[in-house]
Amino acid sequence: MTDQEQQTADAYSSSRETTEGTVFTVTGQDWDALAAGLGESAEERIVVNMGPQHPSTHGVLRLILELEGETVTNCRLGIGYLHTGIEKNCEYRNWTQGVTFVTRMDYLAPLFNEYAYVAGVERLLGIQDEIPERATVIRVLMMELNRVSSHLVALATGGMELGALTPMTFGFRDREEILDVFEMVTGLRMNHGYIRPGGVAQDLPPGAVDRIRDLLTLLPKRLADMENLLVGNKIWMERTVGVGYLDLTGCMALGMTGPILRATGLPHDLRKSQPYCGYETYEFDVPTETTCDAYGRFLIRIREMKESLKIVEQCLERLAPGPVMVADKKIAWPAQLALGGDGLGNSLDHIRHIMGQSMEALIHHFKLVTEGFSVPVGQVYTAIESPRGELGVHLVSDGGTRPYRVHFRDPSFNNLQAAPAMAEGSMIADVIAAIASIDPVMGGVDR
Amino acid sequence: MSELDRHLPENLPPASSPAPETIDVRRGMFRAKGTGDTSGYGGLVRPVHLPGASERPYGGWFDEAADQLERLLPDFGDAIEKVVVDRDELTFFVRKERLTDVMQALRDDPNLRFEMCLGVSGVHYPNETGRELHAVYPLLSVTHNRRVRVEVACSDEDPHIPSVTGIYPGNDWHERETWDFFGIIFDGHPALTRIEMPDDWPGHPQRKDYPLGGIPVEYKGAQVPPPDERRAYS
Repeated sequence: MTDQEQQTADAYSSSRETTEGTVFTVTGQDWDALAAGLGESAEERIVVNMGPQHPSTHGVLRLILELEGETVTNCRLGIGYLHTGIEKNCEYRNWTQGVTFVTRMDYLAPLFNEYAYVAGVERLLGIQDEIPERATVIRVLMMELNRVSSHLVALATGGMELGALTPMTFGFRDREEILDVFEMVTGLRMNHGYIRPGGVAQDLPPGAVDRIRDLLTLLPKRLADMENLLVGNKIWMERTVGVGYLDLTGCMALGMTGPILRATGLPHDLRKSQPYCGYETYEFDVPTETTCDAYGRFLIRIREMKESLKIVEQCLERLAPGPVMVADKKIAWPAQLALGGDGLGNSLDHIRHIMGQSMEALIHHFKLVTEGFSVPVGQVYTAIESPRGELGVHLVSDGGTRPYRVHFRDPSFNNLQAAPAMAEGSMIADVIAAIASIDPVMGGVDR
Repeated sequence: MSELDRHLPENLPPASSPAPETIDVRRGMFRAKGTGDTSGYGGLVRPVHLPGASERPYGGWFDEAADQLERLLPDFGDAIEKVVVDRDELTFFVRKERLTDVMQALRDDPNLRFEMCLGVSGVHYPNETGRELHAVYPLLSVTHNRRVRVEVACSDEDPHIPSVTGIYPGNDWHERETWDFFGIIFDGHPALTRIEMPDDWPGHPQRKDYPLGGIPVEYKGAQVPPPDERRAYS
């Protein structure tokens, strides 16, 4: 390479000798230079380090692929780039504050994280039967809307990763409609901290039901757009049919759940098999496919969104007035939020009450907010059907006001293990399609 | 029975049943540490017990499952330390040497058929001498729609537990995670390396003796200490 060539070449792309052989750093536009550099000495076996980078919104993932030509012979995954120690942090906060942490794990399905955790706390407290009906319905409503928004991102980013940009713009556009409703109800688009031990943080604000009804008329049309664009689309099918194959045996061995498992024909859905939150009283179907491939998982996600909207409709019908927090004042969060001139914040009526009227109310507020409530000794495992599969929470209490141990069995973490089984022996381009069909969210994987 | 009465001597489990798991001893009333307890209850000493062994009948299908496991394992009493039913959940405490036998039986027997293992969660009880580290395996039977929990304990000095990846390959990453965070060595795991923390990370972060870390933060002129140094009531 002459001096001039070296100057025009990318400063970040270079090659160096190591004990393992020559290591090339490629950044994209320099494949010709690399091929020329390889010359005659090119080895058959190439190890490609894909990442660590941020493929769409999945999070930071690193793939180490061993290639023979364009065929993947070995696939390893490097994770941990988004590890934030949420489980450890929970041990230093009270049980209610834990919600604020766990909602940030799988950031595309925050309400599922919250509910799975809260369900565990309520089981430990033994108050699972005392949760008000309205709170339960609101929880189901929010979770099912969240399932739609999560699946929309799965399709959007999955499409983008395969070069289909319109599904991406459609998916994010439609998801934003749902996030607007979340913002209206919880105050935030993501990381809501809305589902609390004993109920939900606050009741639906005025106008929320109408807003959700509007959404229910809008979304079916929008989902149809997405469906018309991709279902049966020749290019989309070329990229996904038969790709990322994992049959029932493989799913069972690797502990797969969610759309991946249902794409093998097994209608396993915890909302049906081990109902929680009153799911046994809602009418909905569990879509399955028998293709075991990325296309089948895509079809399942499309159909699951419609089923979720059916559930949301039923929620609106049975939304009767009532409390949204458990009656036990030793558990229920004392402060109420209210909308003031400067946005959502502490209710001034409540502040007036504790600061000016009742010393006991002040003590109660102070105790519950700073110390929290004690949870009887024991451990529970609660599992719910998140958009990605079984989201399990293992909680241990030592009788204190803080969790002794919080462990999330995140479906993304488990399902990502299937990537080598799906990718090895396939073309390198199919690795992307296979991983997109797993729909991993690295915030949940790494926690 | 109130939480306090439970710890009175006459209410403790009879001597014949295995001792309840004592994981800690609480002192004082308001659980504040670092400053004197001025409440007058500073001398209060209360042991913290995890739910102890349950007596038969366990209720529901629990007895059926325990009977079946007893038939499959001739030395049931040796392999299973105790059976605990708490909050409608069945837990088999398994002696760690026998873990793979028990797991194999739970998976393969058609009447049990727990075909899915949903990972493993470590728990560190530093005050439970000789059984500091616990590994908790939630199992799911899709066939029978049942859940069961298997729990194994090992000590800090000998943190070895057999790997179940031969029976449940999906536990590969979960065991790596538990090694990473708790330092439990899963014997027989194909490649027990760190998974969440960097490869050269010292220590196992989710053990109770590992500090949370953090720096003090200034807020309106006052110093707010990091979370693990704040006054706690737990």
